Amino acid sequence: MNLIEPMLPSYLDQSDEVRARFERIRQREVILEVRKLGKRYRSPQGEIEALRGIDFSVRRREFVCVIGPSGCGKSTLIRILAGLDKHTSGEALLDGKPITGPGQDRGMVFQGYSLFPWLTVKKNVMFGPRMKGEGHDQAERDAKLWLELVGLEKFADAYPHQLSGGMRQRVAIARALVNQPRILLMDEPFGALDAQTRAKMQTHLIDIWKNIDVTVLFITHDLDEAIYLADRILVLKAHPGEVQEVIEVPVPRPRTPGQFNSPEFRATKARLEALIHPAPEPLPEDEQAVKPHMIRFTDVHDNVE
Amino acid sequence: MIFSLFGRGADIDARKRTFLAIGSFLLPLLVWCLVSYAPFVWHPKVLVTDPGGVDYFQVDMLVDKAMFKDEVANMEQSHLALPVGRPSNPIYLPAPDDVAKAFYNGFVHPPKSTDVPSMPASLWHSVQIIFWGFLISSLIGVPLGIVSGTYNLVGRLNEPFIEFFRYLPAPAFGALAVAILGIYDGPKIAIIVIGTLFQQVLIIANTTRKLETTLIEAARTLGSKNLKLLSTVVVPGILPDLYRDQRILLGWAWTYLIVAELIGTSSGITWFITQQARYQHFDNVYAAIMTIGIIGFGTDLVLGRLGRRLFPWDRTQDRQ
Repeated sequence: MNLIEPMLPSYLDQSDEVRARFERIRQREVILEVRKLGKRYRSPQGEIEALRGIDFSVRRREFVCVIGPSGCGKSTLIRILAGLDKHTSGEALLDGKPITGPGQDRGMVFQGYSLFPWLTVKKNVMFGPRMKGEGHDQAERDAKLWLELVGLEKFADAYPHQLSGGMRQRVAIARALVNQPRILLMDEPFGALDAQTRAKMQTHLIDIWKNIDVTVLFITHDLDEAIYLADRILVLKAHPGEVQEVIEVPVPRPRTPGQFNSPEFRATKARLEALIHPAPEPLPEDEQAVKPHMIRFTDVHDNVE
Repeated sequence: MIFSLFGRGADIDARKRTFLAIGSFLLPLLVWCLVSYAPFVWHPKVLVTDPGGVDYFQVDMLVDKAMFKDEVANMEQSHLALPVGRPSNPIYLPAPDDVAKAFYNGFVHPPKSTDVPSMPASLWHSVQIIFWGFLISSLIGVPLGIVSGTYNLVGRLNEPFIEFFRYLPAPAFGALAVAILGIYDGPKIAIIVIGTLFQQVLIIANTTRKLETTLIEAARTLGSKNLKLLSTVVVPGILPDLYRDQRILLGWAWTYLIVAELIGTSSGITWFITQQARYQHFDNVYAAIMTIGIIGFGTDLVLGRLGRRLFPWDRTQDRQ
């Protein structure tokens, strides 16, 4: 690999433009601060440490991706930040205030969409404003505005089951954003989409993020997705989940799919691959027991390869 | 070819399905007709149309085939007039047309005298018993089930007892119910409540537990909590399944009806049936039993249709 491409730069090299951009980000105020965050829980297998000493902060309008092998606790982390799970040590601060439970200052987008199937698209988006105590008309106006932003105003009266996966996730994004949260937490939101829709949604998400005062914390297991979207990537390692490295993505903005082959992109990806190590995970026992014994059922001369 | 008959439910189109549904009713009817109208199938009795010389025979009397044969032989020997009769089924198996006539007469010409119960009046009384029993049971069972399914603490507190109680046969409480509630409709409604309520709480609690937790989590991140969460997410989320559960439970309530109506003073369709059976009007008995079936099945069909209207987002209904 290195013989063919001796010129691959280090992922730490940043162009002046990129360096200046990170400098500007560092000037902004901190929205989310996570200090020595840890999570232990009891399970039938004994006590498990899901997260240990997680330390990082996210600044206003920054796009941070969290990546890591399965079992690194990235979902646990985002659930703690959303207030759906409790941490057992350390603290998580949003605008300096500790997170104790779910709240409208944090929006969450789930992998499984989790739209309310009994509500139309519009009513799904109206859910947050209505909970805030807004009147029906005000909530409806808000919902229309955000549906327009995700391009679904024509589907306002459809039910979620009538939409495609990509469209459902757009509704979920609009539903989370209508509350104008300080931070948008996204838990592998595009994981269930096909490659084409996923690429479209990534571009769309960047567009939204560019135009709205929102900070994004985005969980993914797709390296390309992380590099394409993020300012910084938080790389976790598993058992227990710990921060391995925080990578400042050297790929300049605005991002385009054409950059997937740029040297900065490939260098970053190589680094991520080295960190995450698509390690040959030991197969579970029942999988190991499966040993196909191949018998020839066709004519000896009837070869396909 | 033969395998195509065993296709999965989804492969059967709507027309075929209607055809099969009608067939499922026609088949038993066909068997009944065969037994009733084809003399060689069963007909163990003889209906006397002319007693001839037999002194104890009367017109319209049913006698055993063997006995009739003996008497014919006796009369031949004593050179008296031979009795005449035609093969017939026992009195407890009337022919379909007799039942149809009884059904028609029961509704169109109900008896005038007040000491004989009429079918429509008896049925109406029974329907009222079911209605009140099911309503009272639902008023307690549905909220309790939803709360038990939502809050683990509540569920753990009451479900073991309910689980125990539901094994106690409802009719066993009959005497107790009469002692407490008198002999009229009170104890009957109570039996239906006892028979339905405990199953209802457990079934609805289970349905509530099956609601996707991510829906509740999503609602919490959107600012919904406590009672709001219950009314805006849990209840609408389980509503189609709750509706289906209620339909099934209503069927169970009907199965307790007959036992319930025997408690205290017999009333409703049960009294009608026992009275008619006492006078050996079995055509009326069959007509009454079938009416119960028609009412039960009919309500369920209507409620099923209504459910599809009420819950257009419910995907599980497409598979029915």
